[in-house]
Amino acid sequence: MKKIEAIIQPFKLEEVKEALKSIGVDGMTITDVRGHGRQKGHKEVYRGQEYQVDLLPKVKLELVVADSRAEEVIATISKSARSGKIGDGKIFILPVEDAIRIRNDDHGEAAL
Amino acid sequence: MVKKLSLALSFLPLAMAQPAPEALAKEIEELKSAAAAAQTAGDNAWMLASCALVLLMTGPGLALFYGGLVRRKNVLGTLMHSFVLMALATVVWAVAGYSLSFGEGNPFIGGFQYLLLNGVGMEPNADYAGTIPQLTFMAFQMMFAIITPALISGAYAERIKFSAMLVYTTLWLFIVYFPMAHMVWGKGGLLNAFSGGSIPCFDFAGGTVVHITSGVSALVAALYLKPRKGYGTEPIRPHNLVISFTGACLLWFGWFGFNAGSALGSGGLASSAFVATHFGAAAATAGWLLAEWIRSGKPSILGGISGCVAGLVAITPASGFVKPMPALIIGFLAGVFCYFMVTAVKNKFGYDDSLDAFGVHGAGGTLGAVLTGVFATNAVNGALKDSAGNPLPLGLVDGNPAQIANQAIGAAIAIALGLLGSYVCLKIADLVCGLRVSGDHETEGLDLSMHGEEGYNLEA
Repeated sequence: MKKIEAIIQPFKLEEVKEALKSIGVDGMTITDVRGHGRQKGHKEVYRGQEYQVDLLPKVKLELVVADSRAEEVIATISKSARSGKIGDGKIFILPVEDAIRIRNDDHGEAAL
Repeated sequence: MVKKLSLALSFLPLAMAQPAPEALAKEIEELKSAAAAAQTAGDNAWMLASCALVLLMTGPGLALFYGGLVRRKNVLGTLMHSFVLMALATVVWAVAGYSLSFGEGNPFIGGFQYLLLNGVGMEPNADYAGTIPQLTFMAFQMMFAIITPALISGAYAERIKFSAMLVYTTLWLFIVYFPMAHMVWGKGGLLNAFSGGSIPCFDFAGGTVVHITSGVSALVAALYLKPRKGYGTEPIRPHNLVISFTGACLLWFGWFGFNAGSALGSGGLASSAFVATHFGAAAATAGWLLAEWIRSGKPSILGGISGCVAGLVAITPASGFVKPMPALIIGFLAGVFCYFMVTAVKNKFGYDDSLDAFGVHGAGGTLGAVLTGVFATNAVNGALKDSAGNPLPLGLVDGNPAQIANQAIGAAIAIALGLLGSYVCLKIADLVCGLRVSGDHETEGLDLSMHGEEGYNLEA
C-alpha cells in the first residue's frame, strides 16, 4: 500500500476530486493548509502599511491506495491539478505498513 | 390632524360672520396650539429616529468597523470597547453628564440644575429645542456622549486593560467631553455662537466636541500606551475587512441622524444637513481612493471605507451651515488629507494609533472645523441675527473672513483640552489599575485574557 500526499492549489480541488472519482477512487482526506515552496507570496497594503504574505493557502489531499493502483492515481492527480504555473504544488508517496478499518478490524488492502 | 382640520374649517365661516372679538381670539389661540402640536409631532418623530440612528453608529457601526481591523484574538475585546459605552456613558449622562453639559453654569461647564435629570421631562426646553420634549433633546445628546469616547478606542485597541479603559473613559467624559459640549453647545458657553459666546464658533454636529476631542485624546493614548507588541516587526493585519465594511456602511447610514438630527427638527435645515452629509462622505471616499490608487497602485476597500468616515467627520461641523457644492469640496479635501495623515505622517512619527482614530477623527475634525469658517453661509442657516433681526454673515463666503480665526481658536481649545485632559485621565487610570495588559495577556489576546471567550469557535 502507498500513501499519497498531494499539496495542490485550492481552486483545483474539484477537478482533482472528479478525476479521482472517474478512475474509481472514492476515499480521501482533505485539509486546508498554508505553505510555500518556490512560489513567493504576495504583497498586501493596509492604509499604506505594506505586508509580505509568504504562506499561501493550499489544500492537502491524503489517500492510501493499493500498490497496483499507485501509478495511475499519481498520474491522475498530477494531470488534473496542473495549471502549468508556479505554485501548483507537490505530490509525496510514502510506503504504508498496514491499514485497519475501525468498524470491523479488517486489515491491509481489504481495509481501504 | 383631524382636530386641526376641523378647527381650520370652523374658523372660515366664523371669520366671515365677524364674530365677537374674544371668540375670534380664542379660536386663533386654539389654532396656534394645534399648529404647535403638529410641529412637535413632526419634529419629535424625526428626532427620536435620529436618536436611534446615532446609537446605531456605535453599536454595531463603530464596533464592527473597528472589530474587523484588529487581529482575530482581539475582536470581542474591541466590540466590547464600543458596546460597554452604550451602558456606561448612558448612566453617567443620566446622573450628571446632561446637567454638566447643558445646565446653566459658567462659560466652561454647566451647573447642577439637571442632576439626576431633575426637571427634564416632556416639556420642551426653549434654550435648545423649542419644539421637542426636553427628554428627546437629552436622549439625542446622550448618543453623542456614547460614541465620542468609543471613537478613542481605535487608538488603544489590542492592548488596554478593560478595567483601565472603564476608569479612563469615565474620567474623560467629565474632564473633556462635558466641558467641551458645554462650551460649544451649552447655554452661555464660551464658544457658543448662538448663545452669546465670547468666541463664536460654528460646530453644527460636533467637529470640535466629538471628533477633535476624541481624535487628539486618541493620539495621547497611543503615545502613552506605546505600540502594540510586534508593531513594525510582525504583520498586524485586519482580520476581517468584511465586518469593517459592514460597520462603515452603518456609520454612513447612522450619520444622517447625527448631522441632520442636529437640526433638532424636521424642516429644511435637516434636509440641507442630510444632503451635505451624504455629499461629504461620497467625495471623501472618491478622494481617498484616488490618492491611494495614484500613490500605491491599487484602490482598496479599506481605503474606500476609511475615506467615507473621514468625509463624514469633516462635514460634521459644517453640515448645517454649507451648501451642497462646498460639501463636496470639504469631503474631497478630507479624503485626501486623512489619507496622507494615516499613511505618510503616522509612519514618519512611528506612533501606533492602531485603527487611526487620530488620523481620521483628529485630522478630519480639525480640517472640517476650519473649512466651516470658509463655507458657512446664512443662505443655509439664518439663525444668527443682528439686533434688527437680519441674518449676520457667517463664513468667508458671506464676507466674514474673521470667522476662520474663530474656528481655528475653537479647534485649538478642543485640541488643548484633548491633549491635557486625556493625559490626566490616562495617568489616573494607570495609577488606579495599570493601563496596559501584561505581555502574556497581550500575546494571548484580549478576548481570552479579559473576557474569557473567543469570537470564532469554528469547531463548535
